[in-house]
Amino acid sequence: MSKIELSPRNAEWREALRNELSARERTSIPRVHMPELPAEYRVTTLTGEVNQGLSREMAVLEATRCLDCPDPQCVTGCPVGINIPGFIKNIQRGETDEALRVLRQTSALPAVCGRVCPQEKQCESKCIYHKMKKEPVAIGYLERFAADNGVISSEEQPVKNGKRVAVVGSGPAGLSFAGDMASRGFDVTVFEALHEIGGVLKYGIPEFRLPNSVVESEIDALRKLGVHFEKDTVIGKTLTQSDIEKMKFDGIFVASGAGLPRFMGIPGENLINVVSSNEYLTRINLMHAGTPGYATPVFRGKKVAIIGGGNTAMDSCRTARRMGAESVMVVYRRSELEMPARLEEVKHAKEEGVKFLTLHNPIEYLGDEAGRVRAMRLQRMELGEPDASGRRSPIAVEGAIEEIEVDMVIVSVGVSPNPLIPNNFDGLDVTSRGTIAADSDTLQSSISHLYAGGDIVRGGATVILAMGDGRRAAQAMAEQLCKK
Amino acid sequence: MFEILEKEHFSENVVKLVVSAPRIARSRRPGHFVIVIDNAYGERIPLTIADADIDRGTITLVVQAVGDSTRAICGMNPGDAFHDVVGPLGRATAIRSGGTVVCCGGGVGVAPLLPIIKAMKTAGCRVISVLAARTKELIILEKEVREYSDEVIIMTDDGSYGRKGLVTDGVESVITREQVDEVVTIGPAVMMKFVSLLTAKYGVPTVASLNTIMVDGTGMCGACRVTVGGKMKFVCIDGPEFDAHQVDFDEMIMRLKS
Repeated sequence: MSKIELSPRNAEWREALRNELSARERTSIPRVHMPELPAEYRVTTLTGEVNQGLSREMAVLEATRCLDCPDPQCVTGCPVGINIPGFIKNIQRGETDEALRVLRQTSALPAVCGRVCPQEKQCESKCIYHKMKKEPVAIGYLERFAADNGVISSEEQPVKNGKRVAVVGSGPAGLSFAGDMASRGFDVTVFEALHEIGGVLKYGIPEFRLPNSVVESEIDALRKLGVHFEKDTVIGKTLTQSDIEKMKFDGIFVASGAGLPRFMGIPGENLINVVSSNEYLTRINLMHAGTPGYATPVFRGKKVAIIGGGNTAMDSCRTARRMGAESVMVVYRRSELEMPARLEEVKHAKEEGVKFLTLHNPIEYLGDEAGRVRAMRLQRMELGEPDASGRRSPIAVEGAIEEIEVDMVIVSVGVSPNPLIPNNFDGLDVTSRGTIAADSDTLQSSISHLYAGGDIVRGGATVILAMGDGRRAAQAMAEQLCKK
Repeated sequence: MFEILEKEHFSENVVKLVVSAPRIARSRRPGHFVIVIDNAYGERIPLTIADADIDRGTITLVVQAVGDSTRAICGMNPGDAFHDVVGPLGRATAIRSGGTVVCCGGGVGVAPLLPIIKAMKTAGCRVISVLAARTKELIILEKEVREYSDEVIIMTDDGSYGRKGLVTDGVESVITREQVDEVVTIGPAVMMKFVSLLTAKYGVPTVASLNTIMVDGTGMCGACRVTVGGKMKFVCIDGPEFDAHQVDFDEMIMRLKS
């Protein structure tokens, strides 16, 4: 990995760009609007990507808004510390390929992160424009622009160092780790339990938000780097701990994700057509249920309720609209302000006709004579004092219970760590929450050559944090293995 | 990969397939299952492993045509290959090292029961197998079961073979006559429910292997959830075997109809 700083702030061209326009001129440019498919068309297509991407002109103008601050706070808001002004200014001067090179230095999956990161809570929340009561620079849109339009051609094949590493899981953490290790000359084999590579990027996030072609091109890039992929392989099952040990890998990185959907434990939750968002999205995204020619079935609810307010809830409610639901309602126990979903997803969901019933919490589902859900009973809530998460906690309003008719409920209240690795690896320390205990800096586990990252360590986080874990683990493991 | 090497028809709608899957053949234990996908457009179908041959690198599956996908699988022939086979999934059976075990299987449930019968017998148990089906031609794997059983009782609904009656009649005849330490039951949910009710009456510990709807089979979707002892369990990772007396069979039967 090159340690040379690409695009330093004191480069002549950057100084020239800074002197081109005054801050007043820059800040008078309004924030770009992302071109979108019209909402009425969107609800008819599972695959049409809603955000169409910026044109070159739009991207250059948006990049011009960036003040190239001497102490850029946006970078501190990025979980992996991307050199944000460095790539943005390259876009402004028309060097999109160089912009992508800057991004690639810190992010393994910029085309993915540009689409799915909660920028409004990270980089963009720190933008200096907020101090001027203006909208921040559209960093996420620009990241996506560079990733989609930049080309890094002469990628030299790394020199092999003769060491072999295994990766468990091909989601964002596993892919970023694989890319980094392959670039360092390691021989990398990625094991995936499902029949498709990509993990949550494939089974979870719908195509209208993250096209499969984007994920595929990242995977192809890794294949070109020499990374091997073995699908249909459950580590701990298909290959046991001792099988893996016999394969003599020098290091193992476990990024098996947060597999298990949580339920609320309320009456009626096992009625027919009450499903987890994981089940619903996996059927439609991974198995292509609802697309002619594919065998996997999925129930098409007409009156669908989604329980929860995170990104997965947004993906589910928007998918339900596309699957032909007449009414789709998000039921969330706090207010919209506390909702963990990306702002853009909430906006898109509303445009697509999804109703939001905030400050309500399901307490029971009622079924018909065949055991199918027919209604839900909701408890009205109000906000009390902030809880451990810093958000105001919801409190039940006594006696305020209502019943709403539904024919499908999608439960989207979070996930728990997948127990397959923790249960099947001796000597691996596991926390009380079921996550793998790993050093917070190096991500090394209690087994010295086994590292772990992403949701199997964090319990349920974001793509960018998982990706960052992959990078840090790669750094630390490479140091450990090359020291020997 | 995953090529079909042998095929045998047990009956019109039930076939045995021997499939190349060397890694799974090596790591599977009695009680485990696999998920198969027949082609690129196929769905993920859970099937219990009936047998395995480590040297040949094969697993044996017994498939009953009940829906479109299983019908397509039953139509596959030697030389065809599955698009995907993943496993072994689930927890392996807890094999007793002694005592008397009644293993009762209904219909194609006999297939996943066979490795358990073998393992129990090999571990030193006295094994009494009760095989049940609607009619004579639906009794499968009798020869193999006999090889590893101290006694085999055949029950058919129509009396065309063995004794006329339900599987529960066969099981009851054993537990009323001798000390039984454990009953293992695999078959249609309704059958397992009644076996469980029967053995609960006699206080005989009973294990049932549940075959619910699944998508991924690795804990991710929750479609296979069942209520066991009042708690939600996932058949794919907590099972497929559970203490039958704790299983809410009525709920499971209802969910199977979705």
